[in-house]
Amino acid sequence: MNAPVYNFAYLDEQTKRMIRRAILKGIAIPGYQVPFASREMPMPYGWGTGGVQVTAAILGPDDVLKVIDQGSDDTTNAISIRKFFARTAGVATTTATADATVIQTRHRIPEAPLHGGQVLVYQVPIPEPLRFLEPRETETRRMHALGEYGLMHVKLYEDIARFGHIATSYAYPVKVNARYVMDPSPTPKFDNPKMDNCPALQLFGAGREKRIYAIPPYTSVVSLDFEDHPFTRYRFDAPCALCGAGDSYLDEIVTDDQGSRMFVCSDTDYCEGRQAEGHRGSESAAPHKERPHG
Amino acid sequence: MADNTTAVQDNDQPLMQAEGLGKNYGRLSACRDVSFALYPGEVLAIVGESGSGKSTLLQLLSAQLAPSAGKVSYRMRDGVMRDLAALGEAERRFLFRTDWGYVHQDPVLGLRMAVSAGANVGERLMAVGWNHYGRIRDTATSWLERVEIDVERIDDAPRTYSGGMRQRLQIARNLVTEPRLVFMDEPTGGLDVSVQARLLDLMRNLVSELGLAAIIVTHDLAVARLLSHRVMVMKGGRVIETGLTDQVLDDPREPYTQLLVSSILPA
Repeated sequence: MNAPVYNFAYLDEQTKRMIRRAILKGIAIPGYQVPFASREMPMPYGWGTGGVQVTAAILGPDDVLKVIDQGSDDTTNAISIRKFFARTAGVATTTATADATVIQTRHRIPEAPLHGGQVLVYQVPIPEPLRFLEPRETETRRMHALGEYGLMHVKLYEDIARFGHIATSYAYPVKVNARYVMDPSPTPKFDNPKMDNCPALQLFGAGREKRIYAIPPYTSVVSLDFEDHPFTRYRFDAPCALCGAGDSYLDEIVTDDQGSRMFVCSDTDYCEGRQAEGHRGSESAAPHKERPHG
Repeated sequence: MADNTTAVQDNDQPLMQAEGLGKNYGRLSACRDVSFALYPGEVLAIVGESGSGKSTLLQLLSAQLAPSAGKVSYRMRDGVMRDLAALGEAERRFLFRTDWGYVHQDPVLGLRMAVSAGANVGERLMAVGWNHYGRIRDTATSWLERVEIDVERIDDAPRTYSGGMRQRLQIARNLVTEPRLVFMDEPTGGLDVSVQARLLDLMRNLVSELGLAAIIVTHDLAVARLLSHRVMVMKGGRVIETGLTDQVLDDPREPYTQLLVSSILPA
């Protein structure tokens, strides 16, 4: 049988060159949205076509890839993208944040601090932070060019007027390198401070919208706010039910139809790491005992 | 109020000056050879029938259109007269949201219909770097009071407002940065007569309180009479008569102006 033969990491070399050029431009102008000729990928828009193209363009044979979806290594999206690159590029994959050289992520930044030499690739649905305030692309581009960002505060103003506090909890706008206002993709605002002065390179790919942007290592990333309503992180006020962590971002999991719920780390690797070190939460003892052997 | 003294002192110098202004659309000349000077605090009405070039002229003056001939100069806050065509886009846009106001005939064009009234008024403040929610909101509240909008409705979107309220909100939004010059394009168009009267009354008070200069385009001579100090009558793209408002309206010289004045329905 004639199995289809793909180029290394699926994309052809010309396409990768084109994407790398966009990435380099993005790194040179932190936070600026660089248009690129986004390709059709073997997955639907909205599943990370932008992130996959960026990953394909930067991946080398020696790289170790980690893919997370909402912090988790074992959801469908994460597994299929990891498998995709294992098959088309033959690269090693991992779930350990510290071991990975390239981490593709949807909507989370890992809890473990990133180190120099790592690249974090974000999947971005809507790269334009001003989109829902100003529908015209020509106008938003002009606003970016001239640094007219008063409108971004209109959104925050509306939040406070309506809810009494800045209720935007994800895709919270940031200013990069004191110049461009950027949408950090729908990561929870809990993760925003991790982007600031991060030793790792952060790349953002939006496949449907055909934009790439970047934050080079050690770049200032400031969340927008008001003097009298400063930026605050948000997490559920509970320890992780599995590992007892009091500092990680939590998912709320509904466990029955009687209103019971538990809070667990959204970052599965972080949570498993802590459990391996012997940390326990309120829910972890019982399921572990039930297992025949560990 | 002791703001920058240089700008206050030279009130006898023009704020805006148009010289030989013209605009052609292909072979059609929409506006020809318009020259005038506007002084600080002065209200100028541009009247004429539809198609006489009023709106084109207003767009030329507010630098939204590039003139085919002539030039417009504006005295910036630092007292220097600058040619508008020579300003960079960033400067022009900055001027537009700080030192100028533009009141559209249709408030939908001048407002953000989906965000609250408070944010509509506050947007210009945030655009010039205000970063304190409480102060922005207080300023917006006081402006809503000044334009006689119920403060209770500060968090409602203007799409829930009536036509007259929208127009008043648009005025508040424009005046919040204390501009020195306001352009108004048929500000009372499409409003019923009692609402018009209230709006005119409000505008007259604000203009005199704030010492605003204004250029008002209107086909309604009553608006010109009530608000303006001077009137320019346009026909076929040319200014055919200009003078003090009461002089032009009570003693029109040109036959066309006489026709305009006589075509007001008797009350």
